[in-house]
Amino acid sequence: MTKTYTNSGNKDTRSGFGAGLEVLGKQNPNVVALCADLTGSLKMNAFKDNHPERFIQVGIAEANMMGIAAGLTIGGKIPFTGTFANFSTGRVYDQIRQSIAYSGKNVKICASHAGLTLGEDGATHQILEDIGLMKMLPGMTVINTCDFNQTKAATLAIADHKGPVYLRFGRPKVANFTAEDQNFEIGKAVKLQEGNDVSIFATGHLVWEALEAAKILDEKGISAEVINIHTIKPLDEEAILESVKKTGCAVSAEEHNFLGGLGESISRTLALHHPTPQEFVATNDTFGESGTPAQLMEKYGLNANAIVEKAEKAISRK
Amino acid sequence: MPTNSKLEAFVSQVRRDILRQVHKVNSGHPGGSLGCTEYFSVLFNEILRTNGSFEMDGINEDVFFLSNGHISPVYYSVLARCGYFPVEELNTFRHIDSRLQGHPTTHEGLPGVRIASGSLGQGMSVAIGAALAKTLNKDEHLVYSLHGDGELQEGQNWEAIMFAAAKKVDNLIATIDLNGQQIDGSTDNVLPMGNLKAKFEAFGWHVLEEEHGNDVEAVKNVLETAKAETGKGKPIVILLKTVMGNGVDFMMHTHKWHGVAPNDEQLEIGLAQNPETLGDY
Repeated sequence: MTKTYTNSGNKDTRSGFGAGLEVLGKQNPNVVALCADLTGSLKMNAFKDNHPERFIQVGIAEANMMGIAAGLTIGGKIPFTGTFANFSTGRVYDQIRQSIAYSGKNVKICASHAGLTLGEDGATHQILEDIGLMKMLPGMTVINTCDFNQTKAATLAIADHKGPVYLRFGRPKVANFTAEDQNFEIGKAVKLQEGNDVSIFATGHLVWEALEAAKILDEKGISAEVINIHTIKPLDEEAILESVKKTGCAVSAEEHNFLGGLGESISRTLALHHPTPQEFVATNDTFGESGTPAQLMEKYGLNANAIVEKAEKAISRK
Repeated sequence: MPTNSKLEAFVSQVRRDILRQVHKVNSGHPGGSLGCTEYFSVLFNEILRTNGSFEMDGINEDVFFLSNGHISPVYYSVLARCGYFPVEELNTFRHIDSRLQGHPTTHEGLPGVRIASGSLGQGMSVAIGAALAKTLNKDEHLVYSLHGDGELQEGQNWEAIMFAAAKKVDNLIATIDLNGQQIDGSTDNVLPMGNLKAKFEAFGWHVLEEEHGNDVEAVKNVLETAKAETGKGKPIVILLKTVMGNGVDFMMHTHKWHGVAPNDEQLEIGLAQNPETLGDY
């Protein structure tokens, strides 16, 4: 029997970020927000309106934004930068690498419109490499939240975490099913569904799809365990190993290239500690394209049906 | 407050430290370091208002950022000579397990360094961020930064220059080391940058020009002038004309010593031109 999660109404994860930032503005006077001409898209308007003195509009100049954020930490500020995931990572990789990560600065890089679900804008804006870029930086914490409530909770949590963080979320309205008052624990995986036949490790928008997949698998007599890996780095290896020791096979699911993503991090853990068959729900070394989010997720194999297919394949390889 | 003769003595020792650091490891950047020796010596001895012990946050004190991190030998020497860490540690420059990395970093916990630099063009943004933090903290102290002239070819600088003027960041004094040289040759040969004064002014900065960037009195005066211009709604830049390799005759007026260490014989010639004043490490 699968556990039932109730969607309290579709909401975008970026609005969860905006809601969390609004709360932080009131709670923590050291929180400063920076944006590169995407205030509305990042849902930073409430913070901007409530705390204009702590909101820094940098214009279309992301490299400068990252450097300013690094500088603001010198003086005790906790800067939250906001722009699309592509412009939060690839465009400014060396600025993040030298001025933030290597310098050990307490900057929170908050990235919306990650992955294919940005939709019609197409591949120039749909980054599928950002998790890899960020997880390769020593000392960087990498988080990809699954719904509005979790994104809000994560936004609050990262303000209390000392050190650079990459927080990844998205554009479309998706199921909001995690608890409103949850305590977000960085690096701690969340088991959403107990199962015995296959472990599904999902992150971001694929978590809800994994729960949907578990229902379909259940109808087929397959008992799937679903674990939400909201923190890709540091990875909750203990939760992963405990699960695969029971189920004997794994599926990773993410809105990201299989190269450099969550799946590869899990593979390493399994290779080192408990070699296990694993299948990957991820994009296959490709750029995206224009389309609706649903069309794109279908075309690139990033939905519940794709997870079901990979789960059956993983089980067959045991 | 040191007299100019004391400053000159300090400068002479720092030049020795630069040559000896780079020579020992046969690696590093003596040219730009020597050219900025007077700037660093004046800034750290006479201008910066700092609290006794080093704190990363730099609250209620002036802070300094080096953007062109490759001139680390002069930075390290001046930090050590000003008491940030033991002078003997200069022996470890660019060696394994050292806090004195090839380019400055916070990663090894070296007191005095607040940001990693080396990959060029990032320091202006960082300095602006620190200046904004001071404003938010109602901290009246100032932010100083140093940049190479060739470094201005990096586009991020111009994002930062535009921002600082637009947002009236007037507690920042940036200095451009105008030595006219970069790795591949003179800046005019590699990529002419045109009229930098006009460029900064067009972006809305208050520009100060100093022709004698290797004269401690002139450096002191221009930094004092810059201080007096803070708080007036404009960021301030000093275009400081220096001679690369200054103080070691065969290293002067050429880009050839940008990133080349002197051999034993060249070291002796260089040291002979710069008397030991504060004691070699």
